[in-house]
Amino acid sequence: MNRRILLRTSVQLTLLAPFARLAHAAADTQARFVLVILRGALDGLAAVAPYADPQYRNLRGALALDAPGSDGGVLKLDGTFGLHPSLANMHAMYQANELAVLHAVATPYRERSHFDAQKVLEAGGLTPSTSDGGWLNRALAELEREGSERDAIALSESVPLVLRGTFGVGTWAPSQLPDTDADLLARVRRMYEASDPRLADRLIEALDARDIAGDAAAGGNGMGGARAGVQITPIVTAAARFLKSPNGPRVAAIDIGGWDTHANQGASQGNLALRLRGLDAGLQTLKVELGPAWQDTTVLIVTEFGRTVAVNGTRGTDHGTAGCAFLAGGAVSGGRVLADWPGLAQRDLHEGRDLRATTDLRGVFKGVLATRFKIPEAALETSVFPDSAGVEPLELAAV
Amino acid sequence: MLTKNAAIAANRFGLGARPRDAALIASDPRGWLEQQLTTAQRAPSESSSPPESARVLQELRELRAVRQVAAQVRANAGTAPAARRGAPPPDQGSSSGEPAATATPGVPPGIDEGAIREFGQFARQHYMTYANERHRRAIETDQPFVERLVHFWSNHFAVSADKPLVGPLAGLYEQEAIRPRVTGNFYDLLLAAERHPAMNLYLDNTASMGEGSTAARLARNRGRELGLNENLAREILELHTLGVDGGYAQHDVTEFAKVITGWSIGGPIGPGGGGLGRPAANGAANGPGNGGPASNPRAAAFAGGAPGEFYFRALMHEPGDKTVLGKRFKERGVEEGEEVLAMLAQHPATAKHLATKLARHFVADDPPAALVDMLAKVYLKNDGELVPVYRALIEADDSWRQPLAKYKTPQDFVLSTFRALDHVPDNLQQITGILGELGQRPFTPGSPAGWPDIAANWDGSDALLKRIEWGAAVGKRVGAAAKGFDAADLTASVLGPVNDATLASIGGASDAGQGLALLIAAPEFQRR
Repeated sequence: MNRRILLRTSVQLTLLAPFARLAHAAADTQARFVLVILRGALDGLAAVAPYADPQYRNLRGALALDAPGSDGGVLKLDGTFGLHPSLANMHAMYQANELAVLHAVATPYRERSHFDAQKVLEAGGLTPSTSDGGWLNRALAELEREGSERDAIALSESVPLVLRGTFGVGTWAPSQLPDTDADLLARVRRMYEASDPRLADRLIEALDARDIAGDAAAGGNGMGGARAGVQITPIVTAAARFLKSPNGPRVAAIDIGGWDTHANQGASQGNLALRLRGLDAGLQTLKVELGPAWQDTTVLIVTEFGRTVAVNGTRGTDHGTAGCAFLAGGAVSGGRVLADWPGLAQRDLHEGRDLRATTDLRGVFKGVLATRFKIPEAALETSVFPDSAGVEPLELAAV
Repeated sequence: MLTKNAAIAANRFGLGARPRDAALIASDPRGWLEQQLTTAQRAPSESSSPPESARVLQELRELRAVRQVAAQVRANAGTAPAARRGAPPPDQGSSSGEPAATATPGVPPGIDEGAIREFGQFARQHYMTYANERHRRAIETDQPFVERLVHFWSNHFAVSADKPLVGPLAGLYEQEAIRPRVTGNFYDLLLAAERHPAMNLYLDNTASMGEGSTAARLARNRGRELGLNENLAREILELHTLGVDGGYAQHDVTEFAKVITGWSIGGPIGPGGGGLGRPAANGAANGPGNGGPASNPRAAAFAGGAPGEFYFRALMHEPGDKTVLGKRFKERGVEEGEEVLAMLAQHPATAKHLATKLARHFVADDPPAALVDMLAKVYLKNDGELVPVYRALIEADDSWRQPLAKYKTPQDFVLSTFRALDHVPDNLQQITGILGELGQRPFTPGSPAGWPDIAANWDGSDALLKRIEWGAAVGKRVGAAAKGFDAADLTASVLGPVNDATLASIGGASDAGQGLALLIAAPEFQRR
């Protein structure tokens, strides 16, 4: 199939294909960053259980996980925390110092709407309506200004808010549609160029992405891929191909839904356990598929907020405040839990019901951008995260 | 040739023009929309026959009980720790197309393996039947404005088929709760949506019980802590009525959740799937290692009501007065919830929220503030009657000022293609297939907020390429079948005036099929 060659020769003079930017980029472009957003609010106290907190067992009731060492017990991280037993691969990464666990983290948002919380998480402001576009897009625009541009891809049909903005970002999702002949694509492109340059740009981005992803789509079920939270293999496989491609993007965003466990959440087994197993397998696939590029990779896994400490009336948990996050990859100095643990005693809970936030997620974002992409702090606290001067970037290098 | 305003009427307010619509719309695009409102079917008066959803839900529960018992028998004979701990296997097979989680070696005697698979098959078959019916109707209808309103409100009160039991009910939910009320009063629409079993299951209200309720007390006596689930209450306030900035607090969510405790589903089997993870009363009674209904307080609380229909379970209801938005509501059982919904329906924040969503859907991603204010005023002045609001929307100049301001969702895009061809495909399932590819599989917004309604969520590069690829496949099929088919003529009759480049491209196509593919790929066809 030579449609790419046909298109490329006729296109390159008129449009700078987004992924061609890298050819001109001067700075170190080896650093890779993957942002995984778990939509629906992952229960941080289930994924990373504070098994030794004196209140944990009592408050968590039927959802409490057993201590390390017992059947179905947590996988020990340190004397306080353990990973959910579904996260065996991540535990191995932790032991190999490739996974750092963050706890009691949250965005500045303190209400309990998924949708507003995701807006704050992705836009990077203080409130759901404070900013235009996403912080990762602004970071990429900043890199472009500094002459150190690199491309990004969203592994979904459309660009999530965190990557929306002035900097052009491509998307990719598994497809079962037949390839289209080059003649038709060239005609469509000319039609777009003549009257709708935005659509023309999109088309070129898509064709570039297809080129790199190759047959990663095989195995995709065509039914929303990562939406269900279990079928994430084709998505991460494609992400790995993009990230290790010589002229490919260096930043990728992956969405995984299905974490809103209001009812029948389960403990060591059950609904949430199944989802966590999918996440764990997905991260392992990413590592394997990236090969040597894993050494240059930072994966950050976040969610919009945590869930209530106490079990609700339907053996699930309701919307809460602070939760956990994960940093993984060969570029991460892991093997540690980063948590200023507020405790689960009644007086320590936010509004008497939620884990209190002691670390601002923006500090984690800033830390990644500062350490891995060398974005100056001045830019981080003004253009990338407005009103964040008081939020220290997490010191990742020392982690 | 469609005129500019006829194209707006057919494509923006409708579901896409058919070639013959130019004659129907003629010189009066506003009138064409108005008459659809007056002839639209209104809510039928109380019908005595149980709704179809009740029958389907009941059958699903029975099939699932069989499956759960089977899983438990297996677990006891074998290994699975899930069942040993009393949790059933998660429902994987209901609607997502994934195989049911039944992979264990050897089926114990007495269990019919066919019956285990039947649940998933029944669920999938019902999901597909209603998806197909929805698409057929959208392609065939002479009232595409009303049909778009059905889709709009169904999405406003979204349920998502990726939750167990909701998939096979989602289409019926739209037909029973939404469709008959889109030209009525918002309160009736709101009440019907919140009472429907699909919504109750989706947002977990079937299992929510007041901590001071009889059912919770009985459970406590048996050492089980059961109580409130605030999911439905929160989403009613945030998404269905006031909007996230509508001026409510956590306290209001909690109190409102108490108000609607007991809003549930009738039948001898427990509320099931969406809310309850353990085998329902009947299933548990037959299953080894579980107490029968007599020893189960839930069974007592759940006995009663017409199977599969809305039922108020007084034993689960939190007793006492409650305060929502500063207003005190006396203890009145099911009526309490109706009173709160009535208050919410009349609230200015609700008017603003609904006006914003309507204007965003029909006019622009960032609709003019004056238009939103005007629609909200009309809503309040007419006590939540919806037709006057739609009329005001049609009459507003803002609605006609900027053509093609809205980027089509995948659903708009695919349905308008079939309307342009004036053709209902023999294999309607292909529509569900392509919508899945484009990221909008029917009834699966994946969130109670419904599908997003702005371009940024749909205009991704990959999605655009997929539209082109699908259009190419459609072009090949149609081009091969229809000799003498003229894509340029079709462009004029379904899009009206278009850009010269679009016209030149379609006119210069190498064959009819390619011409159609270019029409489907055209910038004007991506928008409405």
